[in-house]
Amino acid sequence: MDLTYTPEQQAFRAEVRAWLEAHVPEAPLEHYDATREGFEAHREWEKTLKTGDWGMVTWPKEYGGRGLDLIQWLIFEEEYYRAGAPGRVNQNGIFLLGPTLIEFGTHEQKQRFLPPMASGEEIWAQAWSEPQAGSDLAGVRSTCVLEGDDYVLNGHKIWSSRAVFADWAFGLFRTPGTERHKGMSLIFFPLNAPGVTVNAIKKINGHVGFAEIFLENVRVPAFNRLGDEGQGWHICMATAGFERGLMLRSPARYQVAAAKLAQLWRANKETADPILEADVVRAHMNADAYALSIYQTASRLMAGAKIGPEASTNKIFWSEMDIDLHQTALSILGSEAELIPPPGTHDWLDDYIFSLAGPIYAGSNEIQRNIIAERMLGLPR
Amino acid sequence: MDFTLSDEQLMFAETARTLFADSCTPDHWRKMMEAGVAREDARWASIVETGLTLVLLPESAGGLGLAESDFALIAQEAGYVALPEPLVESAGVAAPMLASLAPDHAVLADPLATVAIAHQVNPFVANADSAAAILLEKDGEAYLATPDQVTLVAQPVIDPFRRLFKVEWDAANATPLGKADWDLALDRAALFAAAQGLGLAQRAVDLGVDYAKERQQFGKPIGSYQAVKHHLASAQVAIEFARPVVMAAAAEIGHRDIQARARISHAKLVALEAADKAARASIQVHGAMGYSWEVDVHLFLKRALALTQSWGTPAFHRARIAQRLFTQPNGPDQTFARENDHA
Ligand SMILES: Cc1cc2nc3c(=O)[nH]c(=O)nc-3n(C[C@H](O)[C@H](O)[C@H](O)COP(=O)(O)OP(=O)(O)OC[C@H]3O[C@@H](n4cnc5c(N)ncnc54)[C@H](O)[C@@H]3O)c2cc1C
Repeated sequence: MDLTYTPEQQAFRAEVRAWLEAHVPEAPLEHYDATREGFEAHREWEKTLKTGDWGMVTWPKEYGGRGLDLIQWLIFEEEYYRAGAPGRVNQNGIFLLGPTLIEFGTHEQKQRFLPPMASGEEIWAQAWSEPQAGSDLAGVRSTCVLEGDDYVLNGHKIWSSRAVFADWAFGLFRTPGTERHKGMSLIFFPLNAPGVTVNAIKKINGHVGFAEIFLENVRVPAFNRLGDEGQGWHICMATAGFERGLMLRSPARYQVAAAKLAQLWRANKETADPILEADVVRAHMNADAYALSIYQTASRLMAGAKIGPEASTNKIFWSEMDIDLHQTALSILGSEAELIPPPGTHDWLDDYIFSLAGPIYAGSNEIQRNIIAERMLGLPR
Repeated sequence: MDFTLSDEQLMFAETARTLFADSCTPDHWRKMMEAGVAREDARWASIVETGLTLVLLPESAGGLGLAESDFALIAQEAGYVALPEPLVESAGVAAPMLASLAPDHAVLADPLATVAIAHQVNPFVANADSAAAILLEKDGEAYLATPDQVTLVAQPVIDPFRRLFKVEWDAANATPLGKADWDLALDRAALFAAAQGLGLAQRAVDLGVDYAKERQQFGKPIGSYQAVKHHLASAQVAIEFARPVVMAAAAEIGHRDIQARARISHAKLVALEAADKAARASIQVHGAMGYSWEVDVHLFLKRALALTQSWGTPAFHRARIAQRLFTQPNGPDQTFARENDHA
C-alpha cells in the first residue's frame, strides 16, 4: 500500500491543471439540458478538450484517448472538477458506452465510433428503458430483425437522457419471439434516421433532460450491433457496472460539493442552526470515503481484478450522500432555500432537485439492494 | 499510489482468522461467561505462539517491527469473533508504548503477559486486573505499576468480556518511565477500535444472513423478503464505505498530522456506526430470537457499544474531523494531501 502520488502522477496533475486553467471558460455555460444553445456550447467545449487530447484519457491513443491508467483518470477528474469545468454532455457515450465498446467491440467498430465520441462530434444517448421495462429491463419489447446486412428496429424507448439534442443512441432490442435475458442485442442507431421520432420530456426542473423515442422500421447496418446477437444483456450489465460503479460518478464531483458546503457553512455560521455543523462534517466524510473507496477499486482493477458487486454499493452510497449533502445546504440557507439563485451563483437548489433522481436512475436503489443481498450476501431470491 | 493489501498482509490476516475461527467460537464464550472469566489461557497461549502479540513491537524489544496497517487486519479479525482477550489494547497500544519507553522491561520479555493502559480520554481502564502491568499517566509522564500496587475498583459492564476499573494510585508506588507519547497511543487505539468495528459489523451481517436463509415464515425463507434483504444490504453498504477509510487511516497514521488524525477519527466513527447498524439489523432479522441471550448477536452489539464510547467519544472524533475540515484546504486534490504540503 502506498498512498502517495509518484512524481510522474504529480507532474501529470500539474499538466492537467495548467491546461484547464488556460482553457476552462470563465462564464458558466448554459445547461446542456436547458436549450439547444446550451447543448451546442457544451459540444464546443468537448471539441476544445479534444484539442488538448483530454476527451477520454483512459482510452487507447489510436481511438482518440491518451492510454492512461485509472489513477491518472482519477487525477484528471479531480482537476477537472476542481477547475469548475463544464459538465460532460457526452457522459453516456464516454463513460458508459465507451468502456463497453473497448471491451466488446471489433477494431473496426472502435475506429468508427470512439474518436468522434471522444471529440464530441457525435453525442450519445442511452436507449434502454421502455414504458413497460424500467427496473425489469429484461422485459424490453423493442425488436430487431436482421434483413440482409441491416437490422430493422421497432419499438418505444423512454427516459433517454440528452436524446432530444444528441446524435446517436445505443439501444437494447430483442429478436422477435425471444424472452427475457436471452435474445437481446445492443444496437446503435442515429437519432435522425428515417423512422425515428424523438419527443422531449420535461424533468421536474423544467429542462428537457430526457426523451421518448419511437422507432418505426428504422434500418441500421448489422455493423452497428455490439457483440454477438443475443449477447446484449451480458454487455449491458458490463455497462451498468461502469454506470453504477466507477466511471459515471467519479468522487471529485462530491468532494467539490462538500468543500463548497464547508464554505457555505462558514459564511452562515452565525445565523444557521449550530447542529448543522455535524452534517457538514458528515458530507466531507462521505465524499472522502467515496474517494478512498474509488482509489481502492482503481488499484484493484489495475492489479487485474474485475468490477464486482461494489458497483451496487457505490451506486447506493453516492446517490444517498448526494441527497444528504444538498439537504444540508438547503438547511443552512434556511428561508433562502426556495429561491432560484441569480445566474452565475452556485445553484444548491437545482443540484438538490437533481440529486433526487440519483436513487432512481442507473438502476434504482431498491434494485441495487436486492443485488447486494442476493449476489454479495447470498440470500435467496 | 497503490491502495491494495500485500500478499504478506493478507497471509497474516488469514492466519489470525483461522486461529480465531478454531479457538474462539460462541461455545467458548458461553463457557467463559458461565465461569465468569474474561481470558482463556489456552487460546491466549496459541495467540502468543503465532506471534500476533509481536507484530507492532519493535525488533529491539523482541518484536516483528511491523506497521499499524498489518495489525489493523488482525484487529479486524479479533472483532469478527468478539475476541475476549485484550489482544488489541495490549499488543496494539500498551505494549508498543512500553517498548518505546523501556524496551528491555521484563514485562515485555514475558510473551504471555498483557499490559493495560490508563489514558486521559478513558475514565475506566480495561482489563487492568489480569494485566501484568498498567501504564499510568501523570502530567504527561508515564508510570508503570502492577495491579497490586494500585487500587482497582471494578465497574459493572454490559460486555461480559470487558472488565473495566477505576484505578486509584500513588506515583510513589509506581515506576516512572518519563515523557510518553499519549497522542500516539490514542491514535492507535482509535484506529484499532475502528478495525475491530469492521469485524464486528461483518459478523453481525453474516449471522443475520445465515439465519435469514434458514428461518421460514409464510412458507419461504425470510431472506427472500425484500424488507429483510434491504436491512442487511444497507448494513453491508456501511461496511464497504468504512473499510477503505480504516485501511487509509492505518497506512497514514505515521504522518502524525492533522489529516492523519482526522482520518483515524473518521475511521472510528464510521466503522463503529457500521457495527451498530449491522448489529441492530441482525437483531431485527432474528426477530425475538435476536433479543434473546441465546443468540450471539448481542455480544457484537455490546462490543460495538463499548468501542464506540471508549478511546474518544463520537463527539471527540467529530471535532477532530471538523478541525481538519475548517483549518485545512479541502477538495478533490486534497484526499491524500498532508499538512506540510501546505506549509
Ligand atoms: C434523471 C433520469 C435519467 C434517466 N436516464 C436514462 C437514460 O438515459 N436511458 C435510459 O434507458 N433510462 C434512463 N432513465 C430511466 C431509469 O433507468 C429508470 O427510471 C429506472 O430503471 C427505474 O425504472 P422505472 O422508472 O420504470 O421505475 P419502475 O421500475 O416502475 O419502479 C418504480 C418503483 O418501484 C421500485 N421497484 C420496481 N421493481 C422493484 C423490485 N423488484 N423490488 C423492489 N422495488 C422495485 C423501484 O425501485 C421504484 O422505486 C433515467 C431516469 C431518470 C430519473
